[in-house]
Amino acid sequence: MSSTKRSPWITLSALLIYFFLYAPIVVLIVFAFNSSKTNIVFEGVVNQGACGPFYWFCKLFSNDDVLDAAKNTLTIAFISTIVSAIIGTMAALALQRYDFPVKRASEAALYIPIVIPEIVMGIGILVFFSALFTWFNSTFGLVGDGRLAMGLGTVIVSHIAFSIPFVTLVVRARLHGFDKSLEEAAMDLGANEFTTFRRVTFPLIAPGVLSGALLAFTLSLDDFIITFFTTGPGSTTLPIYVYGLLRRIVTPEVNALSTIWILTVLIVVFISQRLEARR
Amino acid sequence: MAEYAVELRDISKRFPGPSGELVTAVRNVTMQIRDGEFFSMLGPSGCGKTTSLRMIAGFELPTEGEVYIHGKPMGKTPPFQRPVNTVFQNYALFPHMTIGENVAFGLQMDGVPKSEIMARVKQALEMVRLPGYEKRRARQLSGGQQQRVALARSLVKRPEVLLLDEPLGALDLKLRKDMQLELKKLQREVGITFIYVTHDQEEALTMSDRIAVMSGGVTLQVGNANEIYERPNCKFVADFIGETNFLQGKVTEQNGKAVTLALAGGLTVHAEAEQSLANGTEASVAVRPEKVNLTGHAGAANQFTGRIVSVVYIGTDTYYGVRLPGDQLLRAREQNDRPDSRPMAAEGDEVTISFSTQAARVLTE
Ligand SMILES: Nc1ncnc2c1ncn2[C@@H]1O[C@H](COP(=O)(O)OP(=O)(O)OP(=O)(O)O)[C@@H](O)[C@H]1O
Ligand SMILES: [Mg+2]
Repeated sequence: MSSTKRSPWITLSALLIYFFLYAPIVVLIVFAFNSSKTNIVFEGVVNQGACGPFYWFCKLFSNDDVLDAAKNTLTIAFISTIVSAIIGTMAALALQRYDFPVKRASEAALYIPIVIPEIVMGIGILVFFSALFTWFNSTFGLVGDGRLAMGLGTVIVSHIAFSIPFVTLVVRARLHGFDKSLEEAAMDLGANEFTTFRRVTFPLIAPGVLSGALLAFTLSLDDFIITFFTTGPGSTTLPIYVYGLLRRIVTPEVNALSTIWILTVLIVVFISQRLEARR
Repeated sequence: MAEYAVELRDISKRFPGPSGELVTAVRNVTMQIRDGEFFSMLGPSGCGKTTSLRMIAGFELPTEGEVYIHGKPMGKTPPFQRPVNTVFQNYALFPHMTIGENVAFGLQMDGVPKSEIMARVKQALEMVRLPGYEKRRARQLSGGQQQRVALARSLVKRPEVLLLDEPLGALDLKLRKDMQLELKKLQREVGITFIYVTHDQEEALTMSDRIAVMSGGVTLQVGNANEIYERPNCKFVADFIGETNFLQGKVTEQNGKAVTLALAGGLTVHAEAEQSLANGTEASVAVRPEKVNLTGHAGAANQFTGRIVSVVYIGTDTYYGVRLPGDQLLRAREQNDRPDSRPMAAEGDEVTISFSTQAARVLTE
């Protein structure tokens, strides 16, 4: 392979692809250290206050709105990841193991959320929740603060909903070719159903479950559209917050925030790749 | 103590087929397996051997009938509560555990104290000639070694009955032969009842105390190697175990066990039958090739002249195909035990063949 002469065009186009992919990210990170508050042109590295070049990062951490948004984002991501990992894994096991009348249909239905446009799903969830809440509030005569309304809960539920198919997909890939006789061997040796799952099935599919969960985590962390439709007062997430900032002025604070974010996602992706490689 | 280690009483198993209809895998099977015996289920692919074994282990429940283990009806007892263990065809060693952990698994499930587990695992691995392999992983072992680990993992629990589903199927011929002897020796030493599934008749004959020959979900004959080989009760068994010539004819006379039949081409055969047969009954006479003598025998009950149509040399023996009057073919097997080992006859030679009454069995089904 290495002896075949490569066309310079291939090298060039590869370089261009990487340039288009990474140049914006590099610019974004560089501008997090800009000394200009308007952040339109780079006017040299900021060196202000106790933090020096990390001035905008420090400013970020003293901003309560940012911290609240970060807290919301992480809360939503953690809860939706754990719940969707459990449900998604159970769905994968059920699809793998049992034959039931609507199996094919339910399998197809599970993957529809992956392919339909996110905005359609966002609107769908919005319409669903508002209709449900309107009916619920009027039926039970709820008023004022007692009314059901959009908020952290609705965001979490919708994140769980769109994460499940991804977890199921990844776990099913892991289950493909799973040797059923391993479970039978465990039972044969005296393990009941639960012990068999705990000692044999789960350890064998765990890498799949983990990488599915990490996928769900990153999807939740940077989801904008569905969150936008289901969020309410007090449940602003980082993507929503940044979007709000952008409409006014892009200070280097936003760049600093994005830099931290990119690093976080990179670390998560790196871990999940390592887990996949361990198969 | 119950009379039998395992008893299948009138077991049937039906599976839902691909298009909704029911497929019968096992049909009205009744078997009694004695304590401490090496019992084999032998039959061609798809005859229901694995299904029968899985019903004893509890992985499948019979559609009809009942499995008894030491006299106790098993009903819906799950596998983890049955006093039997299985050695799977693909070994099914846990890939995420070491060999030691694999063997210890069953003991942990039984709540055996840790110190005892260590000792018993060590002892079990020594028994299968893999001492000191505790820390290795299954994928680091050869097929034969994995097979022995699977055996140790089951035997360490000291089950009353060990079920083995073609445990040597994946091994090469040489290793297979070694393992056959080893397994048989092990079974004698531990004194556990072995129920062994195989489609290899030679393997079954070599190892078993008794064999059940199965076909199409039914048991055709149960007996020891000698009975099954020498006195098959139907054409399928005669054909499946070893090799057999079948001569077609009609019964002309029966006197106790001795039966006379008329074959095509005006030949008369003197044979033996267990059953009573009406004159004129269409029947087959089964004769093993090694019981046919290529040199005529004065005083032999059956003596025919024919022409050699084929000579096949297979080393220890040579097969001679002989065409009899009436166009029936008979294969004779002669040992190459003379010093010069020249063939006894050549193609086209006219020969007189002979076989005894006892060598010819009348089979109707
Ligand atoms: N789970 C199942 N679902 C449907 N049909 C089955 C199932 N298990 C077995 N069968 C059918 O039952 C019949 C007997 O199968 P079984 O596995 O017992 O055969 P076998 O004697 O062990 O054959 P082999 O030597 O090939 O292993 C076959 O026709 C098979 O297709
Ligand atoms: Mg089988």
